[in-house]
Amino acid sequence: MRLFTHNMLSSNIKGVANGFPLRIEVEQVLEKQVDFNPDFLKNLFPKLEWKALVDAARTMGYAELPEEADSLMLESEEFLRKFHHALLELHLEEGALVCPETGRKFPVNKGIPNMLLHEDEVPDLACNQVLCPTICERYGKVD
Amino acid sequence: MPPKTAQIRLVSSHREVYEPCDDSFALVDALLADRTNIVDHCPRLCLEVGCGSGYVIASLALMLGQEVPGVYYIATDINPHAVSVTRETLDAHGVDAELICMDIASGLEKRLAGMVDVMVVNPPYVPTPDDEVGREGIASAWAGGENGRSVIDRILPVADRLLSDEGWLYMVTLTTNDPSQICLLMRKKGYASRIVVQRSTDEESLHIIKFWRDSDIQLDTKEIITTTKSVSARVMDSLSSQFPQLPFWRSSNSNCL
Repeated sequence: MRLFTHNMLSSNIKGVANGFPLRIEVEQVLEKQVDFNPDFLKNLFPKLEWKALVDAARTMGYAELPEEADSLMLESEEFLRKFHHALLELHLEEGALVCPETGRKFPVNKGIPNMLLHEDEVPDLACNQVLCPTICERYGKVD
Repeated sequence: MPPKTAQIRLVSSHREVYEPCDDSFALVDALLADRTNIVDHCPRLCLEVGCGSGYVIASLALMLGQEVPGVYYIATDINPHAVSVTRETLDAHGVDAELICMDIASGLEKRLAGMVDVMVVNPPYVPTPDDEVGREGIASAWAGGENGRSVIDRILPVADRLLSDEGWLYMVTLTTNDPSQICLLMRKKGYASRIVVQRSTDEESLHIIKFWRDSDIQLDTKEIITTTKSVSARVMDSLSSQFPQLPFWRSSNSNCL
């Protein structure tokens, strides 16, 4: 699991309000080289939670990212190289992701997070029309 | 040289994982048929929901290959065996994707909203009793509940949430799933649709449908609210012309709009 994926994942256990960022427990980190693509990084930057990336990278043993970043820094190749390495080249191979609100652990084995919920953790179908209008159309609105 | 797709002999397998079959081949053929458009589209993030053996996501990564560098591929499956098999299939082809074991895209919906440029889905579309849906193992690859729609109807709003403004969805459907009604549902959300591949096998008739956001349709949808008849008739005509093999759908779905 790369840290970009980590930055996009949240815990959606029933009752959890935010569930982001998942805390990382590290057993094994791998580094795999990826072609440097500045445009990809620049496009992605506004979508990222920077602090979550900085903390995740530090947990994985990479402490080169600045605590704060703004879009002007995307002009610096030195910054982009570090950003690239943290976001795309560090892999959590073995370990766990921990829900920040409930402490529930989601195991990561062979680089694959298992985010499956137990039956009693699944949020109710109590959906609203905005989130799942199709289901509501079929089954009637559930409040 | 023709674009590459995954090779069957390199696709890994497991007794609890759905092997590539006619539906998988039809979906990859649809992606191949639309490949030039996808390349021009320059997707940054591609997502497969329900990756099974990994045949489709590996094929997508291979066919875009060096022409669209730096694409971030994510694939999910509810079956833990499937994501492991997908990892082996990807490795065997020398391509990479991020794999997550989850129900549809449940842990990604908040943060990945509006970021997916290409989404591919070969959903569990086989009509089964509803209580067979979501069981562990290989059944999750095909058990689709009533009319095969239980999981499809959960995927559609997720796709709507995850797709970027220019995002495209490619989805496998069976005639029994009532694809024209799926298109109408998506049309209400502002999506145009087109059948990319249509294929009849001994057992089933498959449609691979592409969906994309169309600003004209959003106007149409508003029109429908005020002046129902003409627009809905136009929608029906345009859809029915795409489903020549479905003479019965018009009667069973005339109350959709």
